[in-house]
Amino acid sequence: MNLLRKVFAVAVFVFASATVADAQIKIGAVLSVTGPASFLGDPEKRTLEIYAAEINKQGGINGQKLEVVIYDDGGDPNQARTFATRLIEEDKVDALLAGSTTATTMAIIPLAEEAKIPLINFAGAVVAADPKFKWNFKTPHTDLMACEKIFVDLQKRKLTKIAIISGTDAFGKSMRDQCMTVVKKYGIEVLHEETYGPRDSDMTPQLTNIKAKAGVQAVVNTGFGQGPAIVTRNYRQLGILVPLYQSHGVGSKQYIDLAGDAANGVRLPAAALLVATILPDSDPQKKIVVAYKTKYEADTKQPVSTFGGHMYDGFMIMIEAMKRAGGAKDKAKVRDEIEKTKNFIGTGGVVNMSPTDHLGLDLTAFKMLEIKNGNWTLAE
Amino acid sequence: MAQFLQYAFSGLTVGAVYALVALGFTLIYNASGVINFAQGEFVMLGGMVTVFATAAGVPLPLAALLAIAVAVLVGVALHLLAIEPAKGASAVTLIIITIGASILLRGLASIVFDKRFHALPAFIPGEAWRVGGASILPQSVLVLGGAAAVVVLLWVFMSRTLLGKAMIATAANRMAARLVGINTVWIICASFAVSAAIGAIGGILVTPITLTNYDVGTLLALKGFSAAMLGGMGNPLGAIVGGLVVGLLEAFGAGYISSAYKDAIAFLVILLVLFVMPNGLFGRAGVERV
Repeated sequence: MNLLRKVFAVAVFVFASATVADAQIKIGAVLSVTGPASFLGDPEKRTLEIYAAEINKQGGINGQKLEVVIYDDGGDPNQARTFATRLIEEDKVDALLAGSTTATTMAIIPLAEEAKIPLINFAGAVVAADPKFKWNFKTPHTDLMACEKIFVDLQKRKLTKIAIISGTDAFGKSMRDQCMTVVKKYGIEVLHEETYGPRDSDMTPQLTNIKAKAGVQAVVNTGFGQGPAIVTRNYRQLGILVPLYQSHGVGSKQYIDLAGDAANGVRLPAAALLVATILPDSDPQKKIVVAYKTKYEADTKQPVSTFGGHMYDGFMIMIEAMKRAGGAKDKAKVRDEIEKTKNFIGTGGVVNMSPTDHLGLDLTAFKMLEIKNGNWTLAE
Repeated sequence: MAQFLQYAFSGLTVGAVYALVALGFTLIYNASGVINFAQGEFVMLGGMVTVFATAAGVPLPLAALLAIAVAVLVGVALHLLAIEPAKGASAVTLIIITIGASILLRGLASIVFDKRFHALPAFIPGEAWRVGGASILPQSVLVLGGAAAVVVLLWVFMSRTLLGKAMIATAANRMAARLVGINTVWIICASFAVSAAIGAIGGILVTPITLTNYDVGTLLALKGFSAAMLGGMGNPLGAIVGGLVVGLLEAFGAGYISSAYKDAIAFLVILLVLFVMPNGLFGRAGVERV
């Protein structure tokens, strides 16, 4: 019996080491595929699956096959933490592409730091790219960049006195706060502020106050979802004539559908992916964004979104870092290679990481768009 | 002055929808004693069915009729499948049943339709009209006019038709109504149908202004319920006044005090009124029926 047990143990050991010898590179993902943030997690998951299959078809990473393990946290930070722990301890992944929202990401970062596993996240807020987290990187643009892009455009048009109307949801509030930190830097004066609830269906009282405020030269709306569409409709209804700026939060065709004719003339910062087909051929991102858009739309039969694009960027940065590091065995080396990413052209912009910048994007990552005749056009 | 007018227009438009929801609450409450928290879902169905039917190529008037028909069917089904089988149950149980029905309807809508927001084109196209420095959308006028028409039609129905009179009789005393040969089950069923139709009409009229999605009903039910309470539960006139007052409170609160607290301001005023007048503005003192 004892002998039998030993033989069994040896057999298991041999079998186990056999699988190790046949090593694959394992990437773990925790994404909000369902739940309130599914508009983020769903395209991220699809993108990851499409491109992981693509990499394997091309022969993997330095000859090693790639395996991807995806868990759905439903938008819940507690679940995100549980699944990230499972990926690290049980699935023993080599790297993480995880965190669809800022909340879930902030739950995952400490785990990656502790386990010393490279992590690329897809959160919106600036905190998720803080270089004090050594093992953590991020691909999506930040609210702050969107604000700065708007303010640069305002400066160019010599419009310095503005009013801000913001949603009281997390996105609208966070972006409004970020905007307020840089108003001085761009010589912008905020004359008046209004807010609206995420479920409000009428913003005319707030906009009436803005209209009555003397000297306002432009209005900036930080918000996301249907709120900005209603603001836009009410704005035209009241006949407010100064320019209206929206945020990157409305960067989808749905905004134009909801706001209708009222959307014409609205300006907003947005990722290149949104306007892939109208980018000039000289644009360095043109080839990448058109290729991603074509592939994603052909494979999923759904319109491309910038959120899936963030996953594309994170995945490709990770894969290239692993190639340069000669595989995924040496996690510290992979991390260092991610940090050395230079001139990586992704869907979100041109990425130049450094020890002090774990995002690596500058303002060129955003294009200033103007809506004309119900379509996006480049305003620059 | 222009600002005041603008707030008033805004408040009246939103308030008209609250009033229709509150009216729906009142009708069902009067006929059956049930507070139907699925009332907001009728508004949602009105908007969503119209949006999807027009998207499928159905002309707008037909789509609107279809939406009302769907809402009425759902209302009748709600009564026959959920309320009627539990007729002996306490008021609280019945309320919980309607809350469950509202969650079910929302879930179904998110699957049958989708979770995105949708808009309808304005029924009267064109620019906003300028009145005394304020602007009002032609569609807003239509919402107000539509709500007024519903109220008038309902009054005619209640006071001039046999079915309407039977409804009033059932509301006044169900046992007595049954004794004079009124089929009260049928009457309560009809009250669900009429409530659903009123809700759906509100939903159709307001969708071009406020947009709609699968869960707009929750908030509308809450606001409509507050309006009905403010006006005095069970009083149709109170429901209408209550709805308009809640809408106006929100608009003036957002305009003159702070947009961040506009809902709080509205609810605070409602609470204060109910402290002073526990039966609402037009309510009768509650009589315990034994």
